Amino acid sequence: MTDSRKPQGAVASDLVRRAEEAGQDYEVGLESLSQMQLAWRKFKGHRLALLGLTILGILIGVAVLGPLLLPYNFATIPLPDKIVYEGRPPSAEHFFGETGGLQRDVFRLVVNGARTSLFIGFSSMFIGVVIGTIVGSIAGFVGGFVDNFLMRIVDVMLSLPVLFVILVASRFFGNGNVILIVVIFGLFSWMGISRLVRSQFLSIREREFVEAARAVGVTDRRIIFRHILPNAFSPIVVSSSLIVAGNIIGEAFVSFLGFGVNPTTPTWGNILSNALTFIPLGNWWWPLFPGMAIILTVLAVNFIGDGLRDAFDPRSRA
Amino acid sequence: MTEMTTSTTPMAAGEPLVRVKGLKKHFPIHGGLLRRQVATVYAVDGVDFDVQPGEIFSLVGESGCGKTTLGRSLLRLVEPTAGTVTFRGRDVTGLPAGELRALRRKMQIIFQDPFGSLNPRMPISDIIGEGLLAQGLTDRKTRDSKVEDALETVGLRREYTRRYPHEFSGGQRQRIGIARALALEPEFVVCDEPVSALDVSIQSQVLNLLLDLRRDFNLTYLFISHNLSVVQYFSDRVGVMYLGRIVELGTVAELYRNARHPYTIALLSAIPEPDPRRRKKRLVLTGDVPSPVAPPPGCRFNTRCWLREKLGNPERCVTEEPELRVLQSGHQVACHFAEDVTSAAVVAVAASQPAIAPAASEPA
Repeated sequence: MTDSRKPQGAVASDLVRRAEEAGQDYEVGLESLSQMQLAWRKFKGHRLALLGLTILGILIGVAVLGPLLLPYNFATIPLPDKIVYEGRPPSAEHFFGETGGLQRDVFRLVVNGARTSLFIGFSSMFIGVVIGTIVGSIAGFVGGFVDNFLMRIVDVMLSLPVLFVILVASRFFGNGNVILIVVIFGLFSWMGISRLVRSQFLSIREREFVEAARAVGVTDRRIIFRHILPNAFSPIVVSSSLIVAGNIIGEAFVSFLGFGVNPTTPTWGNILSNALTFIPLGNWWWPLFPGMAIILTVLAVNFIGDGLRDAFDPRSRA
Repeated sequence: MTEMTTSTTPMAAGEPLVRVKGLKKHFPIHGGLLRRQVATVYAVDGVDFDVQPGEIFSLVGESGCGKTTLGRSLLRLVEPTAGTVTFRGRDVTGLPAGELRALRRKMQIIFQDPFGSLNPRMPISDIIGEGLLAQGLTDRKTRDSKVEDALETVGLRREYTRRYPHEFSGGQRQRIGIARALALEPEFVVCDEPVSALDVSIQSQVLNLLLDLRRDFNLTYLFISHNLSVVQYFSDRVGVMYLGRIVELGTVAELYRNARHPYTIALLSAIPEPDPRRRKKRLVLTGDVPSPVAPPPGCRFNTRCWLREKLGNPERCVTEEPELRVLQSGHQVACHFAEDVTSAAVVAVAASQPAIAPAASEPA
């Protein structure tokens, strides 16, 4: 690499002329925005998405900090002051009301439940996205027999009655361990992502910039990690947000049936499950607030997903 | 009459930089339940030509005639099915991955689409510097300064390295694509329709840039285009492609003045006339280009050939595939009856065709 290829023939005036010609048609702004910054700018213009982000932020804040401020220690649950079977409606002291039976504060339950429910929703999504991205990348990049084999596995996984398998697995492997639930949900949420990533690989690997990278000698590894995956990023993010919502509902459902997380650990689904027998007594506040929490979270996550989809769509302009 | 069926160029003065011999690229079509191969696309089907050091060799032809596939198989961006490509006397077609990477420094490509050929998620410094990195230049600082040099050479500001492709116009993006190829200091560059996606006002700038760069860096171009005017302005020699084969090959002066293949003549007659008051007779070809899945037997052009019609459909056109042969004038043509092509014959055929409808309003 010597300077021998410095433009010998090119006189300074030549370079100036070229620069003038190149600059003529367009002036490039001095402020540079990366794709991510552009996406963020568009995301900010999406009101519902911002609302969703705020709600989710508050919920996550509550989930992380809440239990520290409002501890719910089962060992120190005070005995009910008098033997009442029914719960108590919202009051100044317990503004989400109290449960029947042990008379626990519903607000504290919901706050403690947020931690488990959100943890399950996000970590199982993470597992699913990692597996799905790896499987989809291999299938899409290698192609041929490998692709066929992996996609048939996906087909089989998708045809399994997921709920039944989850119920059986959670009974089989122990009683209501949170990590177990996370792993089970994770193992059942990668198929959509893997199909998505595969299709992204199939389309992006034929794009001209990938060919250009090949032409200058770029390795497959770098093509995958620097060219294809970053361009497949947005659909992955969008569909992961939907997985979070799905898995939070799924967890609530499984816990509601009594096959999920150990009933003594509050999750939104568990609270609902416990409330079941009290609903005929008119204890509406007991299921209402955890139910609202689920709806709010899922809505927030879906709004964020919508906002991300718009923000990453190159055809929409902020 | 010099009847030769050799594929070497008559003007071979010294060793050619690139020699293409019998190059074929066939794409299988899979179908049916068992994904069996049901057909083959004969995209490039036996092409021979040489490119001399320092020259601009152009390939012209309609869409789908295999020009692009040919350009890509020279660089092995698609693997040729058969035939050889020799670069500086070395066969490129069998090279293992490591040596191929080293060769990529010497043979580069400029793409047609200035939007699709730059990764939207990469800053310019990475787009241009990536090749240098792949070639083992791991030092960020040297790489960046080389990237800036390359930017300056193509007329862009050195400060643009941190920008992203979407911030540039089409012409500037094309310059970035050129800088990417140039950063590797190649000797041979395949220009795959480098200006056809650009505004006409920008086209000439980019063409002139390419000419400047050739002078400054002693480059050799394989210029792929469907624009005959651009080719005439730009190149030294031209190969005309039809359905995966070269049907005529010669110097620009020779080919534009004295074309001998019926297809070339029809193409040339389609060049738009800039003066609206002058109407010229066009030789309009009938029908479409046959599918490259099933090229016609014999001469590939026989389904649309006006000369064959005029000669009373000789048997030879459908039974025997014409090879490229060298004519007296020095250029090569793949037609059995090239000698029957005279200006009188062309005029007669053109006259028998309906004139192109004049524009609605005559210019004053």
